[in-house]
Amino acid sequence: MNQSRTMHRKKIAVFCLLSFLMVTGLMGRLFYLMIAESEYYSAMAQELHERERSIKAARGNIYDATGKKLAANKTVCTVSVIHNQIQDKETVISVLCQELGLDEDSVRKKVEKYSSREIIKTNVEKELGDKIRGYKMAGVKVDEDYKRYYPYDTLASKVLGFTGGDNQGIIGLEVKYEEYLKGTDGKILTQTDAAGVELENAAEGRIEPIAGKDLYISLDVNIQKYAEQAAYKVMEEKNAKAVSIIVMNPQNGEILAMVNAPEFHLNDPFTLNTDVAWGSAGGESESEASPTLQDTSESALSAVLQKESESAVPIVSQDALNQMWRNRCINDTYEPGSTFKIITAAAGLEAGVVSLTDSFSCPGFRVVEDRKIRCHKVGGHGGETFLQGVMNSCNPVFIDVGQRLGVDRYYHYFQQFGLMGKTGIDLPGEAATIMHKKENMGLVELATVSFGQSFQITPVQLITTAASIVNGGNRITPHFGVKVQSEDGSFVRKFDYPVKKGIVSEQTSETMRYVLEQVVSEGSGKQAKIEGYHIGGKTATSEKLPRSLKKYISSFLGFAPAENPQVMALITIDEPEGIYYGGTIAAPVIGNLFQSVLPYLGISEDSESS
Amino acid sequence: MAAKQSQKKKKNNRFYDYSLLFVIIFLTAFGLLMIYSSSSYAAQLAGRPASYYMTRQGAIAAVGFVAMIVISKVDYHFWVKFAKFAYWMSYVLMALTMFTPLGMEVNGKKRWLKLGPISFQPTELVKIALILMLAVCITKMGKHINYMRGLMRVVLITSPIALMVTENNLSSGIIIFGIAFVMAFVASKIRWPFYSALAAGVLGLTFAPQLVKLLEMLPFIKPYQMERIYVWLDPAAHKLNGGFQTLQGLYAIGSGKMFGKGLGQSIQKLGFLPEAQNDMIFSIICEELGFVGAIFVIYLFLFMIYRFMIIASNAPDLLGALIVVGVMAHIAIQVILNIAVVTNTIPNTGITLPFISYGGTSVLFLLAEMGLVLGVSNQIRLER
Repeated sequence: MNQSRTMHRKKIAVFCLLSFLMVTGLMGRLFYLMIAESEYYSAMAQELHERERSIKAARGNIYDATGKKLAANKTVCTVSVIHNQIQDKETVISVLCQELGLDEDSVRKKVEKYSSREIIKTNVEKELGDKIRGYKMAGVKVDEDYKRYYPYDTLASKVLGFTGGDNQGIIGLEVKYEEYLKGTDGKILTQTDAAGVELENAAEGRIEPIAGKDLYISLDVNIQKYAEQAAYKVMEEKNAKAVSIIVMNPQNGEILAMVNAPEFHLNDPFTLNTDVAWGSAGGESESEASPTLQDTSESALSAVLQKESESAVPIVSQDALNQMWRNRCINDTYEPGSTFKIITAAAGLEAGVVSLTDSFSCPGFRVVEDRKIRCHKVGGHGGETFLQGVMNSCNPVFIDVGQRLGVDRYYHYFQQFGLMGKTGIDLPGEAATIMHKKENMGLVELATVSFGQSFQITPVQLITTAASIVNGGNRITPHFGVKVQSEDGSFVRKFDYPVKKGIVSEQTSETMRYVLEQVVSEGSGKQAKIEGYHIGGKTATSEKLPRSLKKYISSFLGFAPAENPQVMALITIDEPEGIYYGGTIAAPVIGNLFQSVLPYLGISEDSESS
Repeated sequence: MAAKQSQKKKKNNRFYDYSLLFVIIFLTAFGLLMIYSSSSYAAQLAGRPASYYMTRQGAIAAVGFVAMIVISKVDYHFWVKFAKFAYWMSYVLMALTMFTPLGMEVNGKKRWLKLGPISFQPTELVKIALILMLAVCITKMGKHINYMRGLMRVVLITSPIALMVTENNLSSGIIIFGIAFVMAFVASKIRWPFYSALAAGVLGLTFAPQLVKLLEMLPFIKPYQMERIYVWLDPAAHKLNGGFQTLQGLYAIGSGKMFGKGLGQSIQKLGFLPEAQNDMIFSIICEELGFVGAIFVIYLFLFMIYRFMIIASNAPDLLGALIVVGVMAHIAIQVILNIAVVTNTIPNTGITLPFISYGGTSVLFLLAEMGLVLGVSNQIRLER
């Protein structure tokens, strides 16, 4: 008995040992899973449990040259309800109806709907959102969000541009400087259960958003306002379709103002700008759009962004909106007409084929090959020097200068002046010059090009080239962007723009300044003359195509002080009614503009003329 | 008078394994805690109170605890008188479950017997009944157990009921065969059948992939069983064919790391791991309490097995020793299989973790078994 008892004890011990061995093996397995392989499994589990919510990064502000905010962010609120957290349903419904001005049926429907989250209203003003939060109603959530806000609303609308639903730039500088303005969205990592419901007590991972960088531009709100005022005034007076004004520093290409009247509401960019007039563009006004209008604009936005037309039927067509958003100064080309004579004159002087005292005669036309090309003065200007020819804006004189240069040389200067391509301005959608191919250019084409017809350039190309000719021959790059800087100043990037030196000699440049000053003081541009300043300039009246319509673009390009240009402006008036001569209607606008802008810029009156 | 006095003295000198009792209480209470942790979310989703599963389990455990104490305080020689009755009852109840409408289908498997207001899994009864039956028979056999004829009798007693259970529930069948195997091994002088079976098992696990191909050709393997084997070999590749639960369990275990996420902090229990309070509860323990917590739980089971060994070795007679060995085999096999399944060491088969997994029948009969073991310990006389 004892013997078998020992045997039993031994066997029990054997079984016990075997069990221990197996359990030890399983512990090893556990060690492998929980320690050695834990990274793999917890990563897989993490992926399964985590949901990401992004925190919008604040978009960078845009500041003008004087430090005024042109584009900023406004905090808006989204009010929503969470069904199963609501305790006092009736109070919630009545408070939300009352505060948000919504009708009871729609709110009741949303409150009673069994869903995880129902949005009651978006884009609620922060004060109202705070007030609703103040009620401390269970189940009502007020989330804050950023919305782009333009304090000046219509000011330089086509330059600044606006942003879409994801806070992304859609047109203008907002697009061009997207990478700086945008910032990096933050993230909230939350853990959820299998149904995707966020866990209340789970540790939240949070990656803070990085705000976008602020953009500082050369545009000056005051000059822009002067220019807008002038543009609206002449647009109304002449019942013109559109008026554009560019004001530039000809020395470095900084654009001080760019007006495209009519402007539109940046805070409501999807509503047509039928109401925009000078009055609404003034100061820190805000355009109050009615809720219904906002709704249509939102549906239009989604239509634009998603290019889906079936669900949202925008009241305004996309075409009309695109037209409204167009920046004519850079997106559209036109025949520059007589303002282009600046280029022909500079090319002729630079090549030495003409001097100011050369004599020309104008019988009212010039025959080139088999064509008779007319001067604007039917009777002709008679005998005149080159200087007088420029002052008279006499077509035959410029035809002659063009012919003296010949196609090859003319084309050479056209390219050297930088007219062939785009200016490289920091705005999207710049149109390129439309010019004859050199091999297709005969003497007739040369003749018409010489006085600014039969090819097309953008206004910004014209003003940039003219600026480069009078500034001593430095082909500058027109631009708005001066620098981007983070709010705390830890990141600063100043922009450099290419300058091509010596496109004309200093001497030619000086001569051109003198000639153009004469145009204003004695010639066709004398309407731009103002007391106390020497102003240079050139007028133009271009006939729009087709010529039979008798529609015109009147323009004037002026700069001051004539001896050392610090500011240059180009106005184009599209389809003025009545008198349409650039010298009569466009020149005085720039004259008036300079009268305000020159003292504002601290450019002192010329001593000799005062 | 003198006899009475000596009896009293005897009683005072009797052993009672309080450390085992403590482990039982601790494991049961810990089980309730883990059931609450792993099931409260699912319970609430089903519109029940968070403590629904815990309360139910707790009530049954309380009844079981009283039963355990009562059983342990009565000489086990009294209880073995019911061995034959329980053994034949097992057949009756198994048959009722499998072949009559009294059998209740849960999750597509007919494993529950519903008798009026009470429903339970007869397979749990089979385990304790067989332990008692084999202990009685082997003791009666005396030296015959040392011969093949005796072993054959053990096989004859075990096989019919065990096969019935296997047909109904593979994992319980394995456990029942295992219990009989261990009891016979301990009792008999013949060794080679046991050691060769063990060797075969080790070989089988080693060459599992090759065996799988062989298994595919066997006609009696059910498709779902085959699927489980594929899942075992590569759970990620068979996510949709049942690998889901295994994989979710592994995620839970792996994300526990050294110290776990903290009690109640499991995320896998939030709907990712289905029925986390059942077979897979150990993975939730791993996730919440980490490697350290899991090892602690395993050590408790090891300690329990160690106490069984001590009691079995010191049992007053072979009958008591065999009862304890049977229970020991039951607990050891079930714990090992459960952890092996949860860690995907072997193919998935529904085995609960004793004392911890949710299951009323299981905890009730486990506590009854513990009562028997404690009863055996109570009959050990301390030599002073």
